[in-house]
Amino acid sequence: MNQRVVITGSGIVCPIGHDVETMWKNLLAGNSGMDKTTTFDASTCPATFSAEVKDFDLSKYTKNIDLHKTGNRHTAFCIGAAAQACTQAGIQIESDRPTDGIDRRKMGIYLGAGEGSVDNDHFFDVLVQAWNDNERQMDWKKWGDYAFSNFSEMKELEQEPVMPASHIAMLTGARGPSRSCLTACAASTQAIGEAYMMVRSGKANIMIAGGAHSMIHPLGVMGFCRLTALSTRNDSPKTASRPFTASRDGFVLGEGAAVVILESLDSAKKRNAKILAELIGFGSSGDAFRVTDMHEDARGAVQAIEAALKDANVSYKDIDYISTHGTSTAENDSIETKAIKKVFKEEAKNTPASSPKSVFGHLIGATGCAELITCIMAIRDNTLPPTMNLNDPDPELDLDFVPNKPRKTDVNIAMKESFGFGGQNNVLILKRFDE
Amino acid sequence: MTSRRVVITGFGAITPLGITSNDLWTGLTNASCAIDTTKAFDPSGFTCKLAGEVPDFKIQKHLPKFHRKAAKLMCRDIQLAVVAAEEAIISSGLITKGIDPDKINVDSERFAINIGAGVICCELDELSPAVAKCITNNKFDTKKWGTDGISSITPLWLLKYLPNMPACHIAIIHDIQGPNNSIVCAEAAAHLAITEAASVISRNSADIALAGGCDAKVNAIMMLRQCLAGRTTTQNDDPQTALRPFDADAKGSVFGEGSAMLVLEDLQHAQDRNATIHAELVGSGSSNNIDPSYKHLEADGKSIQYAIENALEDAGITAEDIDLIMPHGIGIPQDDLAEAIGIQNALGNAAEKIPTWPTKSMLSTTGAASGAIDVVAAVMAMKNGLIGPAKNIDNKAAGCKLNISTKPQQKDIRYALCCSYTFGGNTTALILKKFDGQVK
Repeated sequence: MNQRVVITGSGIVCPIGHDVETMWKNLLAGNSGMDKTTTFDASTCPATFSAEVKDFDLSKYTKNIDLHKTGNRHTAFCIGAAAQACTQAGIQIESDRPTDGIDRRKMGIYLGAGEGSVDNDHFFDVLVQAWNDNERQMDWKKWGDYAFSNFSEMKELEQEPVMPASHIAMLTGARGPSRSCLTACAASTQAIGEAYMMVRSGKANIMIAGGAHSMIHPLGVMGFCRLTALSTRNDSPKTASRPFTASRDGFVLGEGAAVVILESLDSAKKRNAKILAELIGFGSSGDAFRVTDMHEDARGAVQAIEAALKDANVSYKDIDYISTHGTSTAENDSIETKAIKKVFKEEAKNTPASSPKSVFGHLIGATGCAELITCIMAIRDNTLPPTMNLNDPDPELDLDFVPNKPRKTDVNIAMKESFGFGGQNNVLILKRFDE
Repeated sequence: MTSRRVVITGFGAITPLGITSNDLWTGLTNASCAIDTTKAFDPSGFTCKLAGEVPDFKIQKHLPKFHRKAAKLMCRDIQLAVVAAEEAIISSGLITKGIDPDKINVDSERFAINIGAGVICCELDELSPAVAKCITNNKFDTKKWGTDGISSITPLWLLKYLPNMPACHIAIIHDIQGPNNSIVCAEAAAHLAITEAASVISRNSADIALAGGCDAKVNAIMMLRQCLAGRTTTQNDDPQTALRPFDADAKGSVFGEGSAMLVLEDLQHAQDRNATIHAELVGSGSSNNIDPSYKHLEADGKSIQYAIENALEDAGITAEDIDLIMPHGIGIPQDDLAEAIGIQNALGNAAEKIPTWPTKSMLSTTGAASGAIDVVAAVMAMKNGLIGPAKNIDNKAAGCKLNISTKPQQKDIRYALCCSYTFGGNTTALILKKFDGQVK
């Protein structure tokens, strides 16, 4: 017997807020999270700006600061988001003997978690020391000697992508099935989708699911700049993320963490937990096309959307709102529009579709969950978040992107789309909870 | 929705013991040891100078024409995965676009992929020439990085190192269009990828899935990380006896590289195409370490115990049904002891009787590939009715009551249990069953 799966908690740490209500208020107001990059001196990079999480204070979320302080930047964000989500859901954290009635062996974790930044204080210097430029080769002996005396054990270990989940396990005592996946920009959507399947099939009663990522560092910015994926509108960071416009020139690199609590309806009822929404569908596919590009006919995206609709047992006509991947890159926005047109047919232009990335940037692995939370809020408040900076629509992209201001309308069923570099497509469908 | 049965219809492995699963089997059953002094880089500045390295192979030979150009985007991890995937698919009798585009017998949309991958570390000697252009006063200068450094890196650099890229390349080569995921739970990753791929099939999101793991830990930064974490042996003078799982003289592990892949398939689908069924995947379980010392398995082995208990329950069997245990057995004394305690607590007295076959003393710890390699070894043990000899276990460590199989033994294996865990805390257990030809 399949379980119904509901969401009983949500938490976020992102460039426009360190909690869900603040994020939502800023999103509706279009208060951009972009500014000049401060985590390192990016002033000479092709893209000098990003969407950073500023003034984050981990000690607000944990009593065991010593245990978590070695964690990487995104791990700290993740602890913040998970602590909020658990608190909202009534899951006790940092408790040796929790009295919340939850069986820890049936509570798991599934994060779309990124790798941590390299140890920027030493990583580059050790290369400088060990590189023999005359012979164009590395002196490994020198590298080893320098590295062993300068690198720190915990800074190295904490870079592993398994670490955010590790910290969340210690925070919550979760002993149930746990995984971390990393499918680029689709990671946390995929994590939530597979976690949803684990609750649905009874493998777990509760899954703490979401994502955490930060790539605002010299190697991350380099990698995306070389792919020409980032906007270089350095003179106007706040208007740089402009999905679906004719002048879009790339995404704005963001960072953060977002977590939702997925729970079987039975478990939620038994605990009298407040139900925020019901998750009713998940679809997943692979492009199998090119390493560098999305399939030109939107083949994989269409397959994932259709799989999610089928899984949810709803028609495209039932979807009130599409939360797009909407990255503001030339390719994504045009292929995504193509996919929506193919699946939604005559309803394509009547189905509002917006991109929160226009306000908080692209949180990479964490972005899908952050945007799913905006869908929960859209359902709660019957309000659609806008696509900001949409002043010169691309004539080819002629859907209802909810331009520039939020909209009051009935929202009962929302769809979240995420597409990753390398062709992983993941789609979730969320519904207002109704007995 | 009734859940569907999942069977193994193909497998492949590229390991330090050789580039095919047959090489793996021959090596393991002869107690050959592939651990040696590191060749990929000069390890003289490292506390552990040993590694398990895969013998030379030419990646071009394993790529179909239409994907040969992409070879330059394949870091070592991806190459290993591509080779293991090719063997697994050929052995399954499935014909994909990458095997023969004129004879395809697979429905691409019903074909999933799920790969356990490590954090892929960039090739430092590829990065260094760019970094070398960014020096001011003998220090790295971030300002110069923005101007001179970034522009001298190859444009697709990032795509070489994303952990979802092994699955991406394999999906392109074999035209796998179903659900596509990459699990990044370090040494527990492969089991979790196999578990998830099986659930994708059992819930009817696909009929076939390629699942396994890949990792290339013979990279300076990965080795450094293991050494700094105190997980490696410093006994460098005798590579053959360096890694000693569950042995009283164990001093730490040795790291290496490899990949192994399985073809998982819905039972009905496999029978409809008369595929050879090697084993059935009947149970899986996982849990988490929650101890603050998350570098190691918690001392009471609770999380490995829970994973095994969950897998037994999932399979609907008891400890007495198990005929073979493939433990994680990493050669780090406190982790091995914790694992032994976890297994003993989960299986009770049966743990002291069931033959237990650790393989890392021969292979090294191949990161995210290790769990998949052990599953391939278990499947081959089942097929051959043979359990190979464990190597370097001369005196069992105190507290370890496992029945380590130190001599080769013929045995009919009905159920095999494979365990894995990782720093950071994921624990896993998989239960394989010899296929009995019965359809429920």
